[in-house]
Amino acid sequence: MKLDELAGKCGEWLLGTGPESDIVISSRVRLARNLAEFPFIRKANDSERTQISQLVHAKMDSIKSWPDLLYVDIQSLDEVDRQFLVERQLMSREMAEAKGDRAVAIDPNERFSIMVNEEDHLRLQVMCSGLDLQTAWERIDKLDDELGEKLTYAFHDTLGFLTACPTNVGTGMRVSVMMHLPALVITREIEKVFRSLQKINVAVRGLYGEGSQFMGDFYQISNQITLGRTEAELVTTVNEVVPRIIEYERRAREFLVNESEQDLHDDVSRAYGILCTAKKISSEETLHYLSKVRMGVNLGLIRSIEIETINKLFVQTQPAHLQKLRGQHLSVADRNIERASYLQSHLGPNSKSDADN
Amino acid sequence: MKCQQCEKPATFHITELTEPTGPVMVHLCEEHARTYLSQENSDSPTNALAGMLAKQLKLEQTADQLAKLDKKTCPVCGITFAEFRQAGRLGCAYDYVCFEDDLGALLLSIHGSKTHKGKRPARGTGSPDRQHKLIQLRREMHEAVTAEQYERAGELRDTIQDIENGGDLPGAPPSPDAAPDSDSDPNSGST
Ligand SMILES: [Zn+2]
Ligand SMILES: [Zn+2]
Repeated sequence: MKLDELAGKCGEWLLGTGPESDIVISSRVRLARNLAEFPFIRKANDSERTQISQLVHAKMDSIKSWPDLLYVDIQSLDEVDRQFLVERQLMSREMAEAKGDRAVAIDPNERFSIMVNEEDHLRLQVMCSGLDLQTAWERIDKLDDELGEKLTYAFHDTLGFLTACPTNVGTGMRVSVMMHLPALVITREIEKVFRSLQKINVAVRGLYGEGSQFMGDFYQISNQITLGRTEAELVTTVNEVVPRIIEYERRAREFLVNESEQDLHDDVSRAYGILCTAKKISSEETLHYLSKVRMGVNLGLIRSIEIETINKLFVQTQPAHLQKLRGQHLSVADRNIERASYLQSHLGPNSKSDADN
Repeated sequence: MKCQQCEKPATFHITELTEPTGPVMVHLCEEHARTYLSQENSDSPTNALAGMLAKQLKLEQTADQLAKLDKKTCPVCGITFAEFRQAGRLGCAYDYVCFEDDLGALLLSIHGSKTHKGKRPARGTGSPDRQHKLIQLRREMHEAVTAEQYERAGELRDTIQDIENGGDLPGAPPSPDAAPDSDSDPNSGST
């Protein structure tokens, strides 16, 4: 299995089939692990990084329940491939921009990926569709055990798993849920909701993580604490708060439908219209309008599109995906044209014929 | 006065009124002040960490003590406490032993706890000394290979394998001061 084959496919987590998937896109659990016998990445020299990568690769290959694992050497990838993996959420942006020997191991079904030599020696992550943290945790626990039988992790009797950053020490676990909250954004209630979350040690981030703007009304809810609680307790922390946010979002949507259905319908229809007819469109604009259309589909205002299609479009209209699907490098201007035509061929009733010229 | 997080002069003097222990002054350069002030709206754990470190250190130490602490160096990976404060990243697992007291307070303010309750690894990692000796020996072996001292490299490889198979540690632990061995476990290698 090769990297190029991933572009046209779609990870299980994007299918929009899991629980509460009208509002919760995906559930993710990540574990940070370091090998006991090497310094952390910051102080590892080139030779040590290579040794770590080779050791981990060999051990992964020897795990029989992980067949067909794709082990990607990031150094040898070009810019587009690196960005592709970031857009796909298989590795972090930091990893794409870093230097030195590093890799990402990918399950062909994209159920899990493991970053090697990122901030920690190992970052394991599992993604599931919808609100399904329990499954994500059970899967990653098993992966961690399988790998942990082959590798010796840096572990302290009282502090737990040792990590490069003290914010991850203990369980090394980050549990996060990606939520689509357009109605809370429109009604301006989102700030209030998030302020109430801070008190219970839950962090909120925009779709593309640190430093970026909140785009497309997507937010990630995750645990802040990693030490002093069991993994199950951390899952529970996030699991308890998400239904409350879902409730807020549903109420806000109901409010919008009741109080201003015409405005809402108009807004959604215009967004849909632009996506179906634009001749060039940026990725920010696409994200913005796709978010509205997604809500419109969930509210039954648009009936001709599946949620799965929209979920896929969010990923496949991003710059690196477009270029991989097209099979060539494209300038920003060319990408905007390609994106518009890609959207037309996937949305709307008579879209195929529109995309011809 | 120097910035609490780097070598630049401190131009921002921020008074924190929200601490339960009373007002706290934080002295920072412009760059670090911006990071510090933005931390409340920021979700980056690194920024939050920098802010917390600044608060934590000022709360408990005088300038002299701070300067001394900043020079403290890990004997295994060579990171100084000052470097950690700037980067927000540690250099090796031994840092948790080497900077134990200073990190302890920080961990408590980040996590509200200093005791791991979660899962344990399948393979026993052994005592901290054992792990850190391995890091050092591997480095020495690599250096020996680079210097084409193959006999020495071979000896080192045997020693490493010995330790990995549960043999005794050669020589003393790497710690310069303190004997952080309260939890060393002679039966390493067990689960
Ligand atoms: Zn500074
Ligand atoms: Zn160290």
